[in-house]
Amino acid sequence: MIPATFDYVRPASVDDAVRALSDAGEDAKVLAGGQSLMPLLRMRLAIPDALIDLDRIDGLREIRDDGDAIVIGAMATHHQVIRDPLVREHVPLIAETTETVADPAVRHRGTFGGSLAHADPAGDLPAVALALDAVFLVRSVRGEREIPASEFFVDWMTSAMEPDELLVGVRVPKLGAGWGVHYEKFHRTAQAWAIVGVACAVRRNGDGIEDARVALTNMGPAPVRASAVETAVRGGPAAEDAFRTAAAQAAEGTEPPTDLHGSAEYRAHLATVLTARALAAAAG
Amino acid sequence: MPRIRVEVDGTTYEDDVEPRLLLVHYLRERLGKVGTPVGCDTSNCGACTVLMDGMSVKSCSVLAVQADGRDVTTVEGLGVDGAPHPMQRAFHEEHALQCGYCTPGMIMASLDLLRENPDPSDEEVREGLEGNLCRCTGYQNIVKAVRRAASEMREPAGQEVTP
Amino acid sequence: MTVQEVGSPRRRSEDARLITGRTRWTDNMTPAGTLHVAFLRSPHAHARITGVDTSRAKQSPGVVAVFSGQDFADEQGSLPCAWVVTEDMKHPDHPPMAVTEVRYVGEPVACVVARDKAAAVDALEEIDVDYEPLSAVVDMEAALAEGADLVHEDLGTNKSYTWVFENGDLDAAMRDAPVVIERRYVQQRLIPTAMEPRSVLCVPDGDEFTLYSATQIPHILRLMLATVTGIPEHRIRVVAPDVGGGFGSKLQVYGEEVIALLLARRLGRPVKWSETRSEGNMTVHHGRDQIQRLTLAADRDGRIRGLKVDLLADMGAYLMLVTPGIPLLGAFMYNGIYKMDALSFTCTGVFTTKTPTDAYRGAGRPEATYAIERLMDELANELGMDPIDVRRRNWIRHEEFPYETIAGLTYDSGNYEAATDKALELFEYDKLRAEQADRRERQDPVQLGIGVSTFTEMCGLAPSRVLGSLSYGAGGWEHAAVRVLPSGKVEVITGSSAHGQGHETAWAQITADRLGVPFEDVKVLHGDTAISHKGMDTYGSRSLAVGGVALFSACDKVVDKARKVAAHLLEASEQDLEFTGGRFSVRGVQDEGKTLQEVALAAFAAHDLPDGIEPSLDSDATFDPENFSFPHGTHLCAAEVDTETGMVKIRKYVAVDDVGKVVNPLIVEGQVHGGLAQGIAQALYEEAVYDAEGNLTTTTMADYLIPSAADLPTFTTDRTETPATTNPMGVKGVGEAGTIASTPAVVNAIVDALRPHGVHDVAMPCTPERVWRALRGETEPAAAQPGAAGGLGSAGGDQ
Repeated sequence: MIPATFDYVRPASVDDAVRALSDAGEDAKVLAGGQSLMPLLRMRLAIPDALIDLDRIDGLREIRDDGDAIVIGAMATHHQVIRDPLVREHVPLIAETTETVADPAVRHRGTFGGSLAHADPAGDLPAVALALDAVFLVRSVRGEREIPASEFFVDWMTSAMEPDELLVGVRVPKLGAGWGVHYEKFHRTAQAWAIVGVACAVRRNGDGIEDARVALTNMGPAPVRASAVETAVRGGPAAEDAFRTAAAQAAEGTEPPTDLHGSAEYRAHLATVLTARALAAAAG
Repeated sequence: MPRIRVEVDGTTYEDDVEPRLLLVHYLRERLGKVGTPVGCDTSNCGACTVLMDGMSVKSCSVLAVQADGRDVTTVEGLGVDGAPHPMQRAFHEEHALQCGYCTPGMIMASLDLLRENPDPSDEEVREGLEGNLCRCTGYQNIVKAVRRAASEMREPAGQEVTP
Repeated sequence: MTVQEVGSPRRRSEDARLITGRTRWTDNMTPAGTLHVAFLRSPHAHARITGVDTSRAKQSPGVVAVFSGQDFADEQGSLPCAWVVTEDMKHPDHPPMAVTEVRYVGEPVACVVARDKAAAVDALEEIDVDYEPLSAVVDMEAALAEGADLVHEDLGTNKSYTWVFENGDLDAAMRDAPVVIERRYVQQRLIPTAMEPRSVLCVPDGDEFTLYSATQIPHILRLMLATVTGIPEHRIRVVAPDVGGGFGSKLQVYGEEVIALLLARRLGRPVKWSETRSEGNMTVHHGRDQIQRLTLAADRDGRIRGLKVDLLADMGAYLMLVTPGIPLLGAFMYNGIYKMDALSFTCTGVFTTKTPTDAYRGAGRPEATYAIERLMDELANELGMDPIDVRRRNWIRHEEFPYETIAGLTYDSGNYEAATDKALELFEYDKLRAEQADRRERQDPVQLGIGVSTFTEMCGLAPSRVLGSLSYGAGGWEHAAVRVLPSGKVEVITGSSAHGQGHETAWAQITADRLGVPFEDVKVLHGDTAISHKGMDTYGSRSLAVGGVALFSACDKVVDKARKVAAHLLEASEQDLEFTGGRFSVRGVQDEGKTLQEVALAAFAAHDLPDGIEPSLDSDATFDPENFSFPHGTHLCAAEVDTETGMVKIRKYVAVDDVGKVVNPLIVEGQVHGGLAQGIAQALYEEAVYDAEGNLTTTTMADYLIPSAADLPTFTTDRTETPATTNPMGVKGVGEAGTIASTPAVVNAIVDALRPHGVHDVAMPCTPERVWRALRGETEPAAAQPGAAGGLGSAGGDQ
């Protein structure tokens, strides 16, 4: 199908972009890589008055070292993120997870920031951002602010950003030495969305687990942190039995959806199995 | 209406386009480059895959205005002087197509795959083509074709390296 | 020296245009002045139309005309159903655009004609339709209950027909049977999903019309368009240019094709319509959708006594071209390759407020094969026998052919032993069984299962007499013509209508061999009623077994006539001439002779022809098969089932098929691969899902899961070759074999893996959740209600 008509704005700078966003009002949409938005436009499930295309703001594609964190520009493509040496060294969970997002052609256009701002609970990256305690850098004509991942994902396809705010980048703390990571994605076909995904990072200390971060994809209207699991494995042995016992709590407090590909009950079960596997893989 | 300047298969075009015009519709309806077909509306099928600045994109998920200043290669731009590209030849030799509707996108995605990985395993080819659907071949001969093309396309480079 | 073409893996001629993008898809053609059509479709599963206001839409920029169903009420007729299966079959009216009532989501209600596609789509939003919603009828079994809401009020029932076939004494077979197995299987609804969406372009020329359509059936479509619209048949030319797959979905006369023709007539300009995928998922006819109740009776030694089949088949909202006949094509296949004393088959066709069903690759035969092959595994399990052994116990032995089955068909040939032995060897059956035992022993969370499918099918549709006895509306013959041009080059015209099968190559191979001319000298023409005036088109694995055989005899007619001319030119008697390598010579006098090309030129010049011989060597032939053909084979699948998640992974798949004589092994292998992919997809991935209100929830490829290369295994394929005896080429057909055989092989493997857990069935598609629930002892998974996540809202991949 063909999108409805819209005004098209192609700002050359972030300043221009936030001004355009402010001027355009609530019915404007930001076009990042377009790999989620274009299908919605084509099927007229989204009918914005204006589209603000970030494609030509080169600064937004930068991935840079920021001391104890790295900052990933909102418009860094998935393709770029997967290959970026900083990402691979300091937040390999992002690289590993991004490799599972969609397919190569989509990853060439699709962006890190776009995926997160879309706030689709079936998307893989929101859970990763949550697990890594990422901070969202947001701009508007009113100024700048930072939103921690724990507050960014509000509801189904809803972020904490105001309509006039633009995601310009994400600051992700470096994991440091001793961390192992894994993203366990469970889907029916290569193209299908995760029924459940588990983003996991664990820090080993000899035979024990010193620290763990676990967050779940598609286990609710927004990604959720499996805090009970994290607490249960922390200080325990790096052993499969221990992981299984801890993972049994993975679905606690979640509100998984029921849809074509799985019921809430099944997702709750999957979360426990996949979390145990993710912990084991991350602990390597 | 924005004015765009795009190079497509070696020819430069300048056109006024509606912002909502998709790249694939620009190619098909404005430039008459109908070699790139449309197979879905959710960017799942990959039939419309082209290269933009050398990288595969699904041309149904890119606006024509976004191609402004870019270099687009479609299946019609492959091959030299009427001789098919090794990838096209490999698809023919390995019977990697039946109805042929997915073929242009499949060939373009395969070229992108080899750009990244000149010597892929069966498994890597399968994963690399996960964004392109075929309903006729069961993919087996497509995998063979891509590996055959890879081997042929590696050869000249190999000769350079080996004295 | 001519190469033997038939049997050689000739690379396809049609590839040249397909790999370079020079393809002639219908949507690629836009003659000057073309107007573009968009359809407004019903958002309701069932509703009365109380008003359509098109006035605002008519004012929309670029719009040339807007029509509702009412505007065409007098001329659009009713879409045809060519298969009235019983005398009392209920057969509702089916207007191409709904006039008073809509009965499925997606049914066309109005259309916009505009200068470009975007303008047409924009104006759809300006059409106001008032609906009075009526009750959706979604469940077949509920639809037949007393007092159920009706899809068609005037019919007074949701039952279209009940069709019965019985042979043998079923009561005797069932009475005191030591083993009785009763099962209920569901053949889920599938969406054929040819990669090329439907597209139609109609170009008027005065009172004549050329209609280009992405169709499998240009000939049938032409006749039906004439019948429906009253436009004389000779004023309509139908062209199927390059067609991007069909799988049965383009074996149809669609409302959009009729409306395109009527619009071209009304507006006097070319009109074009091409569907979007989500539009197509709602409106291209669907396949399968049957509930099978089965009772198999057997002796303790595994011998089958009888089989009772009770089917409900979902027709959807209307009967389309062959809707009611599809489940009946399976009637004769429920016995599979096995001998039994009695067979009883009853099928009831049911109306629901869903997209109509019709042919999808295999059409009736996959359902039947699934049932019997699943039952054979159940029987083996019941008796503690190996599933191969229980099949051997019952199948027709190769020395018993020809064999008249309990379904009344005569299987002309086959060798189930040879195919099975070969498959077992390639599969390393014993080794995998040992691994299975080991995994069971170890209680490995990943269990291994082995699935068997020893199948046959009937193809080469079809003997006209048989079709007549089944009240089908037409014959099953095929036509071919050979034109030998003055230069000796050859044009072949076929009534088969390829849409990916490779006829241009295979037909040229047949011709090259029969006429002794180079492959390159043969051009195959098809898919245009102006060129090929008669034909029955392509479906049901019929092209080679019927159309190819017609070509074979048309070639022989050329040679017969050329022999007369050559004898005359060589001043020899016909009996003394031999024809080898495209040359006639007098037996024993090799250096004197005439090539076919020389004879063709002489026949063209006609200066010196024998008395009574007309100029030119052209011929035509029609072949009406005396029997179906019966490809068969043995497929073996090894599946790994993760008992913790329910995920299934195919570890190994071996297919040994016997499709008789092979014209092009490359094409045959490709057909098997593609068929396997679709059959496996039914087992694991695909299902058209409706919610309780009758909304299709799998409208996009993000929701209706077509497997990609990453989801399918590498197949091991091989063949045995037992020629068909019912046609001179010994060919059988291959288009549907893979699809028919593979679905039960996969599900048998999954169930086999889970037997120690007490599982005896998993509903298709065997999603991870269904497998997981089966492991928990739940036979019927809780109905998953589609929610927000993963649906349209998140279509198309992350940004």
